[in-house]
Order: sequence, then C-alpha cells, then structure tokens
Amino acid sequence: MASLSGKFVIAGIGQTPFGKLPGRSTVSLNLEAIRAALADAGVEKDQVDGLFVKAPTSRFEMMYAQKLAEAMALVPRVGGVWDHGGASTNSMIGHAAIAIEAGQCDIALVCLADNPATGSRQAYEKAWGDDAVFGWFGTPAGYAMIAQRHMQQYGTPNDGLGAIAVACRRHGAANPNAQLRKPLTLEQYRLSRLIVEPLRRDDCCLVSDGAAAVVVMSAERAREMNVSKPVPILGFGQGQTSAEVALRPDLTTTAAKLAAQTAFGMAGLTPRDIDVAQLYDCFTIVPLMTLEDYGFCAKGEGGHWVQGGRIELGGELPINTSGGLLSETGMPGLQMVLEGVRQMRGESVNQVPNARKCIVSGQGGVMHSHSTLILGQ
Amino acid sequence: MSDVQAAAFPEPDWSELGRPFWDALKEGQLTFQRCSGCGNAWLPARSECPRCLRSTWRREPAEGGATLVSWVVYHHCYDAAFADRLPYTVAVVQLDEGPRMITNIVGASPGQLRIDQRLRLRIEPQGDLAVPRFSPA
Repeated sequence: MASLSGKFVIAGIGQTPFGKLPGRSTVSLNLEAIRAALADAGVEKDQVDGLFVKAPTSRFEMMYAQKLAEAMALVPRVGGVWDHGGASTNSMIGHAAIAIEAGQCDIALVCLADNPATGSRQAYEKAWGDDAVFGWFGTPAGYAMIAQRHMQQYGTPNDGLGAIAVACRRHGAANPNAQLRKPLTLEQYRLSRLIVEPLRRDDCCLVSDGAAAVVVMSAERAREMNVSKPVPILGFGQGQTSAEVALRPDLTTTAAKLAAQTAFGMAGLTPRDIDVAQLYDCFTIVPLMTLEDYGFCAKGEGGHWVQGGRIELGGELPINTSGGLLSETGMPGLQMVLEGVRQMRGESVNQVPNARKCIVSGQGGVMHSHSTLILGQ
Repeated sequence: MSDVQAAAFPEPDWSELGRPFWDALKEGQLTFQRCSGCGNAWLPARSECPRCLRSTWRREPAEGGATLVSWVVYHHCYDAAFADRLPYTVAVVQLDEGPRMITNIVGASPGQLRIDQRLRLRIEPQGDLAVPRFSPA
C-alpha cells in the first residue's frame, strides 16, 4: 500500500468549555463538540458515515458509540468504541483514515466526552485486588514508580519535572479556554506538596468535564467540499507494553518509541522536522519520557533537556501550547489534537511562528498504550 | 484512631485461584506459579501460562531473595486503613526466580533505598493475614 501520508485531513474541530459542567451527560457534551466540529468543517451531519468514540473514562457503558449515534439520529456504516485509555483518540483518527482508504466509510467523526469532575467517578473507584493489601492505590502511583526509576537510573532532576509543569501552566494561563489559568514558577513547584513521592501535586493533571470532536476525511474529499482549513495527517502509529507497571520488563522506555517510529516512517520525517509538540501530560514524567522515546533527546537526558525554556513558547520545541492536561483540561487526549490543528492553521493563542509540523502524543493506562499523530500544513 | 472505628484492611483475592498464595504465606512461604510445560514462572495468580498458554502449572516457594526495581512513598491517604501508616513505601521488586510483584519496603527509610539493591523477604502478620514485605538484605 502506498504511504497514506497527507492523504487524509482533519477537516474540522470542536469542543465544549472545559472544567466543571454540572448536570450535563457525556452524550450531551459529545453532541456540543460534534456540532461545533461539523460547523467548522462545513459538513452536514447526515454526510457522516463513520463514528469513532472513546468511551467516557469516568463511567463504563456498553455500546456507548451506538447510544451516541442514536442521540444524533445517525446510522454510521462504521463505528464503535476504541478503548486504550488516553491513546484512544489519536488511534481512532488513524483507524478512521484506514477505514476511509479501504472504502468502509467516507467522512468520520472522532470524539470523546468525560465528566469525572461533576458526574460519576465510577471508573476511578476500581478494585485493586491483592495489591490493595500493600496500600497500592490511585493513578499517580504507577507514574511515580516509573518516575522514581528514571530519576535513579539517569539522575533525572526533580526540576526537570518542574520545567514541564511550568511550561504547561504558562501556556495555559494565556488560553482563555483553559480550566487552570494560574501560572506556576519553579520555586512554587518545588514547594508543591508531595502526593506519591516523587510526584507532587503540580505534577498531576486536572480532573475535568468536557468533550472534543474532529472530522476526518480524505484530502481529495476536502477539496471537493471546499473545506476551508483542512490540516493534513502526515503520519500515525501505535505501540503497547505491559498493562501492569509491576510486570513491565523496562520501566523507563515506553511504547512511545514504537508508535513514533511508525508515525515518523509514514510521514518521512524526523524529530528535527517538528516545530511544535502536543505531548500527553497526565503526569509530568510522561512528556519527559515521550521526548526521549520520540528521539528529541537521548534516553535519560530528558530531565536536563526540558530545562531553560526550551519547551516554552519562544524555545526550540514549545510543547502543550494550549496548556495540556496540566492546565487546559485533564480530559484524556483529543484536546491535544485540536491544539495541533490550531497550530497548523496559525490560530493558536500561543502560536508558534511559522509552525509547519506538529507531533501529538496520546498514552493510556500507565504508559501502557501509546499513539502518535503527526500533523502538517 | 481513638473515637473513629478502625477502617477495614483491604481483603486480598480469596478466589480459588488466589487463595493458595495467601494460605502459603501463613505457613511462611511466598509462592509463585511455574508452567509444567515451558518452565515460565509468574505472579500474580493466573489459570494459564502467559508465555505458552498451557493450563498445567505448579506452585513453588520463592527462596526469599529479590532486587528493588523501583519504589514510591505515599504522602496522600487513599484508603483510611493506611492513614496512620503515612508516609509508607510501596515498591516493585523482582524475585530471584523471575516474577515481579508489588510489595512494601520495611525496615529502611526511603532515603536509604537505591535501585537494584538486594532485598530479603519478611513475612509480617497483618490481622488474619500474613503479608509478604521486603527489607534491604
């Protein structure tokens, strides 16, 4: 099969406000984002024949994509839920492109909605089995376990994690749609209270209600439909490792490596070609290791590489220019694609001048699954 | 916890598959499963060997030596049963026989720990349970 690079586009993007949205169902949030994405693309609802949905993290429901389709009176040819956590939406954009290429559908919606801030937190109240006996609770702990190994093995400084929190909070402070618009200094970060050491409160993402959606179609279709601001998908790729941190043979290398190799290979690009990055930052250790595994710096050097403003606006590789999960919204992932699209359109509130290539990462579980997307202009 | 009822300590897996692990600990043994077909050793309890998918396996006692893969220190209370233990250490260790597991490090302050250091099994009573924890060797 010839390379799919550039053959498909993100034709439209949409979102809800982020933060606390009490009284709204995830179906309602999804529909608000979808309405906006369709309007942005100039697509009528009934032209959509693919519906790829990330099930709400906060509450598991069977056949969720079919319920959502019903709520919008849509009978897609291809559709369903793809679940590998925060990597799901990047992956589904790839799957949508593959489905269109294979003639399975023509115009696809990819969306997610979540309401853990004011709705159910059912999914987070999971049983821990035997490991609860050891006090092994909560989401930050798995990431802290990886961070500790990384710090011990490579001498990664705490200030490296701090530099990521500072950058995301600075970028989020300038984003009127961000849930947390309070900048953070490195000094404040160092005083942030420890949650599960080595991670501090300011290493951990927000808990947020909200939704996002994108419209995917072929570049050819976008031309036919006179889509005003299509953003080409240059590459995509996925990877996975052990689901349980305890069973993972190597804690400091992630599935990001394989996912990025696949995506860079499809795009015919290298890290040097990338102008701006939206790196899934549920915890600060994640973008740090993603930068290493993507090849922006050598394994073990991430903690030093990110310091000194390199990843902030005006630096060599600005990351998370809308604030990321640490500042814009803790929603699991698709908002990062929206910001990638805005950067490629030249419409970000933190626009990187002349940005022509953006890499977007998503990860799920505790760095278990990874999905990479490269957008262009 | 004077006027507050003591929070219930979490229950382990008492299923037919999980129970023998906890029963053996009361007898002073940390056990894992080994595949009769391919020799693979694993934790936690599973009904099939994850390497060759056979369902024929036996339980073996671990000798008690392990190395420290990584650790974290809890400063935030997620479960009331652990409130009076803060800060406490949870670790990933690798048994000399190969399987990895979640456990606690006891008898050492976190500042004394380093990755890949040698550890020794310490089975500690915990109510009606015997819990496998580790200390620096």
